[in-house]
This record gives sequence, structure tokens and C-alpha cells, in this order.
Amino acid sequence: MTSAETGPKIQTRNLDFYYGPTRALKNVTLDCHDRRVTAIIGPSGCGKSTFIRTLNRMNDVIPGTRVEGRILLDGEDIRAPEVDVVELRRRVGMVFQKPNPFPKSIFDNVAYGLRINGWRDRRRLDEVVERSLRGAALWDEVKDRLGENAFALSGGQQQRLCIARSLAVEPEVILFDEPCSAIDPIATAKVEDLIEKLKTRYTVVIVTHNMQQAARVSDYTAFMMLGELVEFGRTEKIFTAPASRLTEDYITGRFG
Amino acid sequence: MKRPARKKIAQALGFLALRLAMAVVLAVLILLLGDIVRKGGGAISWEFLSQAPRRGMTEGGIFPAIVGTFLVTVITAVLAVPLGMSAAVYLNEYARQTRLTRLIRLSIRNLSGVPSIVYGLFGVILFVNALRLGTSVLSAGLTLGLMTLPWTITAGEEALKTIPDSYREGALALGATKWQTIRTNVLPYAVPGMLTGTVLGLARAAGETAPILFTGAAFYLPALPKSPGDQFMALPYHLYIMATQHHAILKVRPLAYGTALVLIFLVLGMNMAAIVVRYRLRKKQR
Repeated sequence: MTSAETGPKIQTRNLDFYYGPTRALKNVTLDCHDRRVTAIIGPSGCGKSTFIRTLNRMNDVIPGTRVEGRILLDGEDIRAPEVDVVELRRRVGMVFQKPNPFPKSIFDNVAYGLRINGWRDRRRLDEVVERSLRGAALWDEVKDRLGENAFALSGGQQQRLCIARSLAVEPEVILFDEPCSAIDPIATAKVEDLIEKLKTRYTVVIVTHNMQQAARVSDYTAFMMLGELVEFGRTEKIFTAPASRLTEDYITGRFG
Repeated sequence: MKRPARKKIAQALGFLALRLAMAVVLAVLILLLGDIVRKGGGAISWEFLSQAPRRGMTEGGIFPAIVGTFLVTVITAVLAVPLGMSAAVYLNEYARQTRLTRLIRLSIRNLSGVPSIVYGLFGVILFVNALRLGTSVLSAGLTLGLMTLPWTITAGEEALKTIPDSYREGALALGATKWQTIRTNVLPYAVPGMLTGTVLGLARAAGETAPILFTGAAFYLPALPKSPGDQFMALPYHLYIMATQHHAILKVRPLAYGTALVLIFLVLGMNMAAIVVRYRLRKKQR
């Protein structure tokens, strides 16, 4: 964990989110600091996945949803009409709960984001694919079989492949939506180590239902319940001296 | 009697019923195919496949009917495949799921159940008369194309539905546009399924008589069609004539069976081709 303060990279201001008539986020105001890890914890259904998916406008694709309030990336509203959502998603990458490699070769998975941006030069592709796989601590395991289908990898490797895939397009922020809930403890440890390394270059936001994980990897922790942000602060403070009784009850395992 | 024993008997009876049902279906199929092969097999020869009918269709072959059915199926495919695929992509990927789209989808399902003679009459009104295409390969092909559209749209949509949303979300999250996502990460995996449904629809169209009866199929023609505006002979219609309308029905019976055999093998061959292509594509993706 890092102690120095950095400026905010993502800020939400009075963020509300609706699935039809249901209000899933209530007035969430939160700063995610640049090149730091922010963990979002809370019981199932508290809105933490909904929250993280508003940050790259992934919820746009769900019909019948509505957002109110402001989401700022480097101080600019990501929902402003002039913002290109495609460019936004390139800057704000996402790793999903279940590893979702594409049914292509390992190489093609990592190169996907580059190719859709018109990259054709094989040597540059090779370079970035290697760099991204190294960045995701997967290179040594797959370097001799880049042509193999990604489905042949284990679950933990698939998840790191998905991380490599998002690194390849050089995002500024990476959102992790419960990245370890579908993989085993050893693979989880690898992903956590990786997140620790990633924050030297990227702003990381991670949703997790595993409090130990939040305590291990994050610099800041937000505790949410029933769509509301209950408490937000430095992780060591949240876990040692929470201000709210609810937070304390949750992290000591009294409910959840 | 103890409970588990009773359950076992119930299961055994259930399996027996299922096996019997399958046996009945298989038996009908084998009897039908066996009968046609037995009675029509003798008529099959190189001459039968490569020559025109002679002497009031009591001798010779069915070459013009094979050519006609081939041509009309090509026109059917040219209309139904691109239009059907595009409609399926629109309905499944772009259209909002509103009451209107549900109504459209329901109508398409219903259209696939409309009797083929209705399509035939519609084709006469629209293509032959209103658009002045006359009774021709083109009119008949377009009529069959319309008839096949609901099948290709439905097959296309079903195939697209089998593609997990995680492929779409994964691509979008990397900054792909919606169309890029569909083109590179949805369509390639849906094509094998789409293809299967499409070929099944085309095979069904190739075997239809009613839609081409008034729109372009001819009883007998001395020459092959030279342009899309000409009339044509077709296998199913030829079979219908040989089986029911010919002046010497008993004499041409073996020819009728032979025609049926060729038609069945043509349809079977198309289905087999679809399976092979699908298998190859799936294997390539692994």
C-alpha cells in the first residue's frame, strides 16, 4: 500500500442509477485516486457492480436504465454529449467477474483491442502482445503456445489473459468486477499480486465481496449498502477504526 | 412394493415409451425411403440425369427439371439469405425489445406457418402481375425467397441468441463499436448456426410445388431457360405431373419414382453439405 496522496482520477457526484423504477444507486459521491487501488465492498445486491459498471458506461447497453448525477474522468463529465463512449471504454478498461476470453487464439485475444483500432503491422502487434502478457504475469506460461485457443487455459490463466487484453489498449483506469470470484485461491493470489503491480501505472477500482482481499490490495475502501455509500476512506482506517457502526458490523462479519 | 422399485419401473416404462416413439418415426422413414429407392432406383441412369424428357415424357430424363430447380433455388438464396441474416442481426442486436418488435417477431413466426399455396398466389399477384415479371424463374424464385425468409430470420436470431453476452461486453469494454463487436465477435460464431437453419429452409423451398405452380414452373419445355424471365421445369412439379397428371400414368410410374429419388437426394445432399460446412467452421474456431 502506498501512503502518498494523489489527485482524483474518477469522481462521482450525487450519482443515482435506476433499473426501470428501482433505484440501485443512491446519491453516491466518491473519489477514486490516480494510480491507487480503490476497493468497493458490501453485501450482495448493494449496488457495487452497478456502480463500477457506470464508470465505463457499460450499463448503457442495458435497456430501461437511467443515470443521474455526474461521473468525472480527469474532471470531465463522461456522460457529456460530446464524449465518445468508444473512446471512454478504451481509456477505462474492465475485467469481468467470470473470465470471458473470446474463442480465439491467445494471441488474437490480446491483439483484439488493437486490431479493431486498425493495427495491422505484425511486428508492432507482437511487441504489444508480449508486453501485455508480461504485464499480466502470463507470458512465461503461454509464450510457446500463443496460437492455441484461449479456452485451453485454466480459469485463473483466462482471467489474467483478460487482464492482458485490457492492458493492450493502454487504458488509464482498470475496473475489476469481482475478478476472483470464479477462480481458485492460488490463481486469486496471482491476480492480487498483479493488481498490486498495476497500480504503479493505472488507476484501479475493484469490486469484491471478499473483505480480506479488499484489505490486502486496496489503498482506499468504499463500503456500500442498499445502494448507498456508507463509508469511504483509507483502507487501514476503514478496517481498523470505521466511523460507522454498519461498516464495523459488516467487516467484523456480523452480517453480509 | 417399495418406493425405489416402483420408481425404477416407472423409469423403465418411460424409456420404453420414448424408444417406441423413436422406432415408429424411424420405421416410417425407412419404409418410405426404401419404397422409393426400390421402385425408383431402376430408373436412375446417366441418361435419366443428363437428358430431356422425350415422347410425351414417357422416355428420356429429367435434366431440365434439375437445372430449373437449381436455378430457382439460387434466386431463392440470393433473396432470402442476405435479407434474412440482416433482419436477424437487426432484430437481435439493434432493435429495442418493445411491444412493436415482439409483434414483428410473432408475425414472422406466424408467416413460417402460412401454407405454401398462399405464398404461390401472393407471388402471382405481386411478382407476376403487379411487377410484370411474368411467369418466370425470377418470379418463382422470389416467391420461394419470400416463403423462406421467416425461416432464415428465425434461424438467424436463434443462432445469434446462442452467442454469450460476455463476448459482446468483452469487446465493447475494449473500445469496440457496436458494429465492430457484432462483425468480429458475434457473427463469426453465429454463422455456423445461421447457415444450418438457412440451408434447411432452402432445402424445403427446393422441394415445394405450390409456390412455383402459378409463378413460373412449366409442364414441359423443349429448351432450358435462357434468362431469368423464362419459364422452367422443376423437380417437384415434374414429379407431381408424372404421378397424377400424365396421360399414361402407369407407364411413367418408374420415372416418377426416379424423379422422387433425385429430389430426395438433392434435399438430403443440401442438408449434408450444411452439416459438413458447420462442422468445418466449428472445428476451425476451436
